[in-house]
Amino acid sequence: MTEKLHEFVETLKSANPEWVGDVKDALGEVTVTVPREHIFAACEFLRDSLGFDMLADLCGGDRGPEEDPRFEVNYHLFSTTHHKRLRLKVLLSEDDPKVESVVPLWKTADWHERETYDLVGVVFENHPDLRRILLPSDFDGHALRKDYPLRGYEPYSMN
Amino acid sequence: MSSAAETIAADFDAIDEPLETQMTLSMGPQHPSTHGVLRLDLRLDGELVVKAIPDIGYLHTGMEKLFEYKKYQQGIVITDRMDYLNPLGNNLAYVMAAEKLLQLEIPERAQVVRVLMCELQRIASHMVWLGTHCLDIGAMSVFFYCFRQREKILNLIEAASGGRMTPSYFRIGGLMMDLPAGFDRRVRQFMDDFPEAMDTFNTLVTGNRIWQSRTKDIGYISKEDAISWGLTGPCLRASGVDLDLRRDNPYTGYETYDFDIPVETGGDVWARFMVRMRELEESYKIVRQALERLKPGPIKADAPKVVLPDRDDMRKHMDSLIHHFLIVAEGFNVPPGEVYHAIEASKGELGVYMKSNGGPKPERVHFRGPSFVNLSALPIMSEGEMVADVVAIIGSLDIVLGEIDR
Repeated sequence: MTEKLHEFVETLKSANPEWVGDVKDALGEVTVTVPREHIFAACEFLRDSLGFDMLADLCGGDRGPEEDPRFEVNYHLFSTTHHKRLRLKVLLSEDDPKVESVVPLWKTADWHERETYDLVGVVFENHPDLRRILLPSDFDGHALRKDYPLRGYEPYSMN
Repeated sequence: MSSAAETIAADFDAIDEPLETQMTLSMGPQHPSTHGVLRLDLRLDGELVVKAIPDIGYLHTGMEKLFEYKKYQQGIVITDRMDYLNPLGNNLAYVMAAEKLLQLEIPERAQVVRVLMCELQRIASHMVWLGTHCLDIGAMSVFFYCFRQREKILNLIEAASGGRMTPSYFRIGGLMMDLPAGFDRRVRQFMDDFPEAMDTFNTLVTGNRIWQSRTKDIGYISKEDAISWGLTGPCLRASGVDLDLRRDNPYTGYETYDFDIPVETGGDVWARFMVRMRELEESYKIVRQALERLKPGPIKADAPKVVLPDRDDMRKHMDSLIHHFLIVAEGFNVPPGEVYHAIEASKGELGVYMKSNGGPKPERVHFRGPSFVNLSALPIMSEGEMVADVVAIIGSLDIVLGEIDR
């Protein structure tokens, strides 16, 4: 079921071996971990050469304050021609949660990246308009982080 | 004259020349045609929209955060509240993501019932779309005809699940309970009356010249733009992209049903309208086929540690009672992993990204709502159009703010 996807990953790897980190095949889905400095180039190659013309979804996640790297950004690519899905994953450390924006490749990334910035706190560089989207602009903290409380108005503090 | 007074005077001069200036109009969040609490910042040059900036988040309730604190089976209830016009679709996307992590086999009857209910729900959702879309543009009476049909479907959903708008009917591993006796007869009754209703809509709306002149060549989006902006569902198919996840990434046995995918190439409000009108007929065909396939059989997967046992079993078997207690009290552990499962909801691709860390609660659940993505393309559709047409464009996107803000 995933042979075709592995072919794509091999093509990606032959184009530039640095783009492909860890490759995971589980539950019928293939996840490619991409070093964060290469995400834009890898996405551009996948879009232009391998037919992944649609960014179905982009979402961030917090793996927990004790994890390093702490944050992840998942890119769910989809093709309107061969209908395959591929997940790219970028891991980001807590000190420097920055990754290059893919808005120049897919316009739909605009709101997805704003949402990820709003709720997880990942900063997308070169994003045309990186503002909060769901929460008010004067909101403090990032609500989907694991150390942000479910209830209460103040960010959780160890002190 | 002080400098402050000079600026004010200059502003007054500008107002004296209204044709020379642009006006900012804040449309919503309480505007009836924004389908909820959406605010649009419109920069206007006379009546032309120069720039449109959607402002969302008024209905944000932190659902994605809440999922992380609820057991897997408790999360189903939250999904009802997202796209409240298509709750069964949301249930389906969520439970299928969990089932993919658990690698459960769903019995045939449960699959057929899922298809049947989802297609009925799609008709109900499109009924609300048609009614409100017409209401926005000024055709009041269509709304009542649409809601009469929707009411019949909601009664069917209530008969099956007990809830009209919050059914939570699909559960991880199958269904909440079997369909009530005589359900297929009631569905057939509805289906027999529905073609007549479709004729009414076509007479009232489709052939109406005012309707056509309000929708044709309005809110155009090209094929390339539609893909780049991530449009899915009827909005994408109206721009000439032949893509339907029911056929291209089939789930719950959709590949075995015989139906067509309506595609239009216009890319305007009229094309989106026509795609949805034809989709209603396709859903009608699928419901008919699903009714034929309803055969008695199990409705829950054979997974005692995940699926709640029957009441009868609990009275007779000790292990069923223990499983029931454990599922309710502690939940069930889901193997670690991550999945992205997408279904074709009534508004487009509804994707669920679910990540498990091995415990009874998910580590992360993310919903890729079709309304969220479709709305983000509103600026390029509405720029250069008239203010009154923005209302038509919002109606043609078929958005639900409950899903956008989550």
